[in-house]
Amino acid sequence: MRRAFALVFLAFLLTLPLWLQDPYLLHILITTGIFTIAAMSLNLLLGYTGQLSLGHVAFFGIGAYVSALTTLGFDVDIGPWTFVHEPWPVMAGFVLAVLISGLCGYLIGKLSFRVRGAYFVIVTISFAEVVRLVALNWVDLTQGPLALNNIPAFALSVPGLGEHTLWGKVPNYYLVLAVAVAAYILIKRLVGSRIGRAMVALKENESLAVSVGIDVTRYLVLAAIISAALAGAAGSLYAHYVKIIDPEIFLFIYTVTMVIMVVAGGKGTLAGPVVGGLIFGTLPVLLRSYLGPEFQWIFYGLFMIFIVFVLPQGIVPAVEQRLFPSTREPPPEALATVEPAKGEPQ
Amino acid sequence: MTGTREPLLTVEHVAVHFGGLVAIADMNFGVHSGEVLGLIGPNGAGKTTAFNVITGFLRPTKGEVRFKEVSLNGLKPHQVTSLGLVRTFQRTSVFQDNTVVGNVLIGLHRRGRATLLDTLLGLQRETESEQELKEEAWSILRLVGLERRAFDLASALPYGDQRLVGVALALAAQPTMLLLDEPVSGMNASETARFIKLLGLIREQGITILLVEHDMPMVMGVSDRIIVLNYGRIIAEGPPAEIQRNPEVIAAYLGHGARRVHHHA
Repeated sequence: MRRAFALVFLAFLLTLPLWLQDPYLLHILITTGIFTIAAMSLNLLLGYTGQLSLGHVAFFGIGAYVSALTTLGFDVDIGPWTFVHEPWPVMAGFVLAVLISGLCGYLIGKLSFRVRGAYFVIVTISFAEVVRLVALNWVDLTQGPLALNNIPAFALSVPGLGEHTLWGKVPNYYLVLAVAVAAYILIKRLVGSRIGRAMVALKENESLAVSVGIDVTRYLVLAAIISAALAGAAGSLYAHYVKIIDPEIFLFIYTVTMVIMVVAGGKGTLAGPVVGGLIFGTLPVLLRSYLGPEFQWIFYGLFMIFIVFVLPQGIVPAVEQRLFPSTREPPPEALATVEPAKGEPQ
Repeated sequence: MTGTREPLLTVEHVAVHFGGLVAIADMNFGVHSGEVLGLIGPNGAGKTTAFNVITGFLRPTKGEVRFKEVSLNGLKPHQVTSLGLVRTFQRTSVFQDNTVVGNVLIGLHRRGRATLLDTLLGLQRETESEQELKEEAWSILRLVGLERRAFDLASALPYGDQRLVGVALALAAQPTMLLLDEPVSGMNASETARFIKLLGLIREQGITILLVEHDMPMVMGVSDRIIVLNYGRIIAEGPPAEIQRNPEVIAAYLGHGARRVHHHA
């Protein structure tokens, strides 16, 4: 049933550019898609391990800068040495963005998971702020507030077919959709495995999780790495789509937007950040057609408060309870052979 | 029962101080493979502290704990579990928001064979490993008698059944030795009787048991040997019948416990 929903929804997204010709709406959908990927990555930490990363945009921004700099090239002086980097293809930028963001996730995770809860929140906020200040002040590398311009568009090199640069909106739409689907599948596999169970166990009752042999640090750091790497992938997509990035990308409001997407959609559910991302990514634009600018944001704020009050668990869990009232996972078919009615074991 | 061989678990001159407070003064005992050892004592005698030290949740101020001749000093709790020394908790002993079978699957964590890459790529080993874990989970649920509640949320179960989930979780972690912290506290008579049967089954699997319990008839009934703690010190050690006659124990503990004995009988 849920699978059917997901497939119909995917088919809808796949056919969307065929009948939605408005380039502005397509643009909104692309940026919404990019933020939805970031929200999915945040959900892995916030929803499954229960750790609130309020500096999540740092990983997104690092991905964007790494990808942009890799493809633009740079030369910087550090002390007596000069580093010169020639421009590389965009695919390399994307891969490096994922790797370096993941590495940052590892470092932040290692540093801050010794002390969790509020301390993790503080460390992540500070990290985002430090990275923003570096981006702002290391003018040699990042151009500072002047922004990195002329970032090349995403180019896919397909063996045998040569290189294709994604200039228009439609190819970029499909690229973002493809990455989003890949991220969704990765997260789905992860949370459905013993790794995901370990993460949920740590969130629910750490002492108990530890007592059955789950290594806390290992799984929290793993979640931080994968979460940061996915956010970095989203950042790379963003850089090559909008083609200009400046230190404002690290602003706190972007993290807040991601948190809203996750919490409103339903944290700890696979569909939550997707639903939340689509609603809160497109809502400002939809409102623009009906309300004056002053009322748009008032309505946006009221809607958020409404959701938090009426559906504290988020939209997806609420809808699921409505649609499948007594949802209990049915025993997998394979288990039917293992669990025949043998009567009481006594 | 006791012999000359090295005990499975050795607690050697362990002391635990919290600031100026002495929770355990100097504790020495061994648990032999295959036995059920009861650890009793009045509230505040240091029983739970002893559990926490043995399982790595607390560092001893002095002394050493050895399991299978390996020193546990400095090991983290999950590493102690990996050696086969698994505990349960007095309270908060289940993952409330998970189903019963989900709880056992969490407990089976260490038995999964799939690597991160298997999982992310959805390789065959992931599917196979998950299948094995599910089968194992069902056999544990059958052992503790909870297979009918498998798909209920753990928090929806009656108290006695939740305690069983806690034991199922611990069993899933493949213990050589199980430490049970007041497993029947809060259970009614029939739940306690059912639990004693389960203890027998666990024993048959060759699992050694260290039991902390306030329910005197229960401890006296299932234990091969009893250790009595009072104010952080061991004041008596021996078979149940002997302990019940020990004047020092009666003074320290059974004096007010006698009423319980009467109550349960």
